[in-house]
Amino acid sequence: MTETIPSGLRDDEIQIYDLHKSFGPVEVLKGISTIIRRGEVVCVIGPSGSGKSTLLRCVNLLEQPTKGRVFILNEEITDPDADVDELRTKMGMVFQQFNLFPHLTALENCTIAPIRVLKQDRKTAEATANENLVKVGLGDRGDAFPAQLSGGQQQRVAIARALSMNPELMLFDEPTSALDPELVGDVLSVMRDLAKSGLTMMVVTHEMAFAREVADRVIFMDGGVIVEEGPPDSVIGNPQQERTRIFLRRVLDPTHVNTGAEDEAYLQRHAADDVREDDEDWPVKGPERI
Amino acid sequence: MTASATTTAQSAAAKRKNSPRQRAIRRRRIQYILLGVAVVLLIVFADGGQIQRVFLRPDLVARTLGPGLLIALKNTIVYTIGAFIFGLAMGTVLALMRLSSVAPYRWLSSIYIEFFRGVPAIIVFMAFGLLPLAIPGAIIPFDPYGTVWVALGLVAAAYMAETIRAGIQAVPKGQVEAARSLGMPAGMATQRIVLPQAFRIVTPPLTNELILLVKDSSLVYVLGLAASGYELTKYGRELASTTSNLTPLVVAGLCYLLITLPLTAVVKRMEAKAKKAR
Repeated sequence: MTETIPSGLRDDEIQIYDLHKSFGPVEVLKGISTIIRRGEVVCVIGPSGSGKSTLLRCVNLLEQPTKGRVFILNEEITDPDADVDELRTKMGMVFQQFNLFPHLTALENCTIAPIRVLKQDRKTAEATANENLVKVGLGDRGDAFPAQLSGGQQQRVAIARALSMNPELMLFDEPTSALDPELVGDVLSVMRDLAKSGLTMMVVTHEMAFAREVADRVIFMDGGVIVEEGPPDSVIGNPQQERTRIFLRRVLDPTHVNTGAEDEAYLQRHAADDVREDDEDWPVKGPERI
Repeated sequence: MTASATTTAQSAAAKRKNSPRQRAIRRRRIQYILLGVAVVLLIVFADGGQIQRVFLRPDLVARTLGPGLLIALKNTIVYTIGAFIFGLAMGTVLALMRLSSVAPYRWLSSIYIEFFRGVPAIIVFMAFGLLPLAIPGAIIPFDPYGTVWVALGLVAAAYMAETIRAGIQAVPKGQVEAARSLGMPAGMATQRIVLPQAFRIVTPPLTNELILLVKDSSLVYVLGLAASGYELTKYGRELASTTSNLTPLVVAGLCYLLITLPLTAVVKRMEAKAKKAR
C-alpha cells in the first residue's frame, strides 16, 4: 500500500488515515480513514460496539491507536514526538458521563484548565468561563457544585468547560446518552447553536433527528469500518447499504420489534463476509434509544 | 359447640405465647435480669476500696495531675501530629509509586509497605534508636521531635500508603480523561484533580490511622528520650515505678481518651455525612 500523505490543506482540522485499534485480540477499528474540514459538523452513528466511541477517543489520543495516523490541524498527534497536551488544548471533548470535577464549582471547572494549562490570569479565565456558562444557559449557576446540578445541567457545564479552552474543534462522545429523556433537548439545543456558530464538531450520537438536522456529513460505522458516509439526507434519508438500512429501521421505528429474523437473513447473506467474523455485538439485541 | 369454641380460643392463646415475637421478648427480659444480677454481685463482692488503692489512689491521682502530665500530653500530641504529617507525605509518595507505570517504583513501594506493615513497630523503633551507631554523623533535626516524627512516620507511612492508594483508585477513570482532554499533563491531573478527590474519599480512614498513631506514640519510649521528651505512657510508667502504684499509668491512659474520643466523634460524623452524600 502506498503511504498516505496528509493533504496539507489549511482547512483540514482532523485527518485520519487507516486507523486500527485492538483491545487485546479484539480488533475494534479496522482501518478508518476520513477528513474533517474546518466548520464541518460530522455525526458518527452506528450500533453499539461498532467502534465509534473508540474512533473519537483515538482522535485526541485517549486511546493509543494500534496502527494508522491522525493529524490535528495538520500536526500529527500520533507522532511519538508530538506535544499531545498542547494539541489537546485545541480540541474540546465532551463525555457521555460528563466527568465534571466534583470538588470544583461549575465556574472552577471552567477555569482550572485555562488558568493552569493556558496560564491565563484568573480574571480573564473567569470572564471567558462566565460567558460560556451564559452561552449554555447556566450563567447563574457558576457557584454550584456538580452534585447540585441535574444531569442536563452538568453536561452543559461540561460543554462550557471545553469551550473555555477556546478550542478549534469539539469532540462529543454520546453527550446525551446518559441523560433522562426530558433533559436531552437542552443539551442538543446548545450543540445546535454551537454548530451554527461555525465550530468544527465531531459528534458520536444516537440522536438521529439531531444528526439529520445539524450534521453536514454523517458517518455510519459498523464492525470497526465506515460502512457509509455522506450528507445526512442520503445516509439517514436514503441509505445505500443494507447494514445502514437495518440499523436505521431498528433505531428510527419505535414500533419495530426485532424478531431476529432480519439478522438471521442478513447473516446468511453475508456468511462469507469476514468483516463480521469476530464482532460479538452483532446482531444487536433490542432497539437502541432514539 | 361452645366447648369447641373455648378450646380453639385456648390453643390460639397458647400459640400466641409461643410466637417468635413473644419468645424474643422473653429472651430479652432474661438478658436484662442476668445483667442486673452481675452488677449486684460486683457491688457486693468486689472490694471497692482495694480496687481504688491499686488503680486510683486519690493522693497519687493528684500527684500525677502535675505539670509533668501537661508536658507529656503536649509531647504525645506533638509526636503524633508531626508523625502524621511525615507519614502522610511519605504515604502519598509511596501510593503514587505503587500505582506508577515504572515497574521498579512499584517494587520498591511494595517492599517498603509489606516490610513496615509486617514488622512490629516496636522493633522498628528499637532499630531506629541505634541508627546513630549504624550511621555515624546522621543527625535528624529538631531533636528529640525529629527523631520521633521520622520513626513513627516511617511505620505510619506504610499503612497510609495503602489507604491512599485505595482512595486514588476510587477516583473514576473519567476524571483523569477529562483532565487530560483539557491539555493537563499527567502530573497536573494527578495533583489538581485526582489527589484532592482521593483525599476526600480517604479522610475517614486516615483519621482512624491518626487515632492508631496517637496510641502507637506510646512505643517511642524505646528510643530512649530525656524526661522533657516523655509522652503520656512513659510519664505514667516512670511515676508508677517511683510510687510503686499503678495509679499514674491509669491516669495517663485516661488522658489518651481526651485525644481519641473527639477524633472518633469526628470520624463518625464524616462517615455519616459521606453516607448521606451517596
